[in-house]
Amino acid sequence: MKDYKADFKILKQKINGSTIAYLDNGATTQKPLQVIKAIEEYNKLYNGSPHRGAHYLSVNATKIYEDTRGKVAKFIGARNSREIIFTKNATEALNLIAYSYGMNNLNAEDEILLAITNHHSNIVPWQIIAKKTGAKIIYLDCDKNGQIYKEDIDKKINKNTKIISLSHLTNVFGMVHPIEYIIGKGREYSAITIIDGAQSVPHMKVDIGSLKPDFLVFSGHKMLASMGIGVLYGKLEKLEEMEPFLSGGDMIEYVDLYETSFHEVPYKFEAGTQNVEGVVSLSAAIDYIENIGIENIETIEEELLKYALKKLKENKYVEVYGGEDLSNRKSLLSFNVKDVHSHDVATILDNNNVAIRAGHHCAQPFIKHMGLNSTCRASFYFYNTFEDIDRLVDSLGGVRGVLGYGS
Amino acid sequence: MDLNQIYTELIREHNKNPINKIKMLDATISEKGHNPSCGDEIILHLKVKEDTIVDASFSGIGCAISQASTSMMIDLIRGKKIDEAEKIVDIFLKMIRKEIDNKEELEKLGDAIFLKNISNMPVRVKCGVLSWHTLKIALEKVKEDN
Ligand SMILES: Cc1ncc(COP(=O)(O)O)c(C=O)c1O
Repeated sequence: MKDYKADFKILKQKINGSTIAYLDNGATTQKPLQVIKAIEEYNKLYNGSPHRGAHYLSVNATKIYEDTRGKVAKFIGARNSREIIFTKNATEALNLIAYSYGMNNLNAEDEILLAITNHHSNIVPWQIIAKKTGAKIIYLDCDKNGQIYKEDIDKKINKNTKIISLSHLTNVFGMVHPIEYIIGKGREYSAITIIDGAQSVPHMKVDIGSLKPDFLVFSGHKMLASMGIGVLYGKLEKLEEMEPFLSGGDMIEYVDLYETSFHEVPYKFEAGTQNVEGVVSLSAAIDYIENIGIENIETIEEELLKYALKKLKENKYVEVYGGEDLSNRKSLLSFNVKDVHSHDVATILDNNNVAIRAGHHCAQPFIKHMGLNSTCRASFYFYNTFEDIDRLVDSLGGVRGVLGYGS
Repeated sequence: MDLNQIYTELIREHNKNPINKIKMLDATISEKGHNPSCGDEIILHLKVKEDTIVDASFSGIGCAISQASTSMMIDLIRGKKIDEAEKIVDIFLKMIRKEIDNKEELEKLGDAIFLKNISNMPVRVKCGVLSWHTLKIALEKVKEDN
């Protein structure tokens, strides 16, 4: 396997004598030198306010910003770069849809269909909109492995369903949800479909052209880019009919004392000076990913996942969630160590420089639904190695001992 | 960091055998403490007669540090007068914030003095102080009602 870590200096540094086995990529990924260099170069040579000035720097910043819009569109298979809106992150993109579309299109008989596996960012905005509009939130159930299922989907989508919003790849159990089926159903009932691609876009091929959802959101920082840059894809005709979310500079045509006409899509949704540096990082991140090939990333992570599951199962005190079948799972594993709370596990692993996430992973409804209180989560990216997993497994072997249990 | 300074024998024992972890059916107040960032959830049960905590226990789920800390706290406050218990909470929270090193005062914390090391672990401090904050809130409510 190629040593991708050579490009990730943060993973080569030694902390108290050892490198960090970084297995918290579901929370945020690290940046390769190429991304760091692109950011530096932008700040050294091209920094300027986009869309505003007529001078060299502003023109260049605008070009970089708009070129990346095209690159993002191509990356996810969108037909038109105007369908790409830059946001702060997936959370802001979901809020944009909830406020601009949901608030103005829902009323009391309507239903918002969410999956019980959703991240808080895809639950809380809908609760606020539901309270304001009187619309009802309905949850798709999941089985013991955290997967939603057809009978339940068929039962819950009906003529009152106006919005369907769920994760493509879930962030707690790593399940790939059957979104093709859901999107098809949504079309059948004229409900709009929103796909939260925060976990999927970094790890698997996501093609708007074949999936055809109404909206897709994701975050740059989970795919090698900076924090503070995210993407909203929306079907042009939907975006055209929506009202702006934030308002102010850049998103206007003419501003009178009491009336304003708004700029066209996508600018209508990009108020204020934008995060060009973040966009630069996203551009370099996409280059890096495409250079490896998203299919190759999928293959590498499949191997890592298979190896991790096998190794974790060798420890009889570790319970891995999500079942044995890896065919519709990607990039991460959730587990618990018998008798030990996930936070103690994370602290003990941290002592060996093994970085995992513990807790409810911003999915309290799901964790409760599964009868759990919290889990440990190891989440991978293509730069992880079997050695990282060995370190995870070795450290886990010592966890119960630290707390005075037999192991 | 030496894990043995965090997961001391005492913490391990309180965590493994939480003798104070039982629901109390005749509690005069049950106060829920919650640390949403990590999912620790404890309910502190107190039986207060006039100005004395005649019994205390807890239920809920949490990490070893929050479980042990709660259990030790209960050992300390059982049978104490409300104002004495409040004083102890105050000393404990000051110890964690590193605002106190008066030996005599610290001794009032009994076993809980061994939780001192968690003040060196910023991410775990919340686990250690959860039940103490909960007790403080519960006692304020009791005093209001009295
Ligand atoms: C499935 C899912 N949706 C949404 C988010 C929110 O991402 P962000 O915090 O970057 O907005 C996350 C990340 O935590 C996630 O895992």
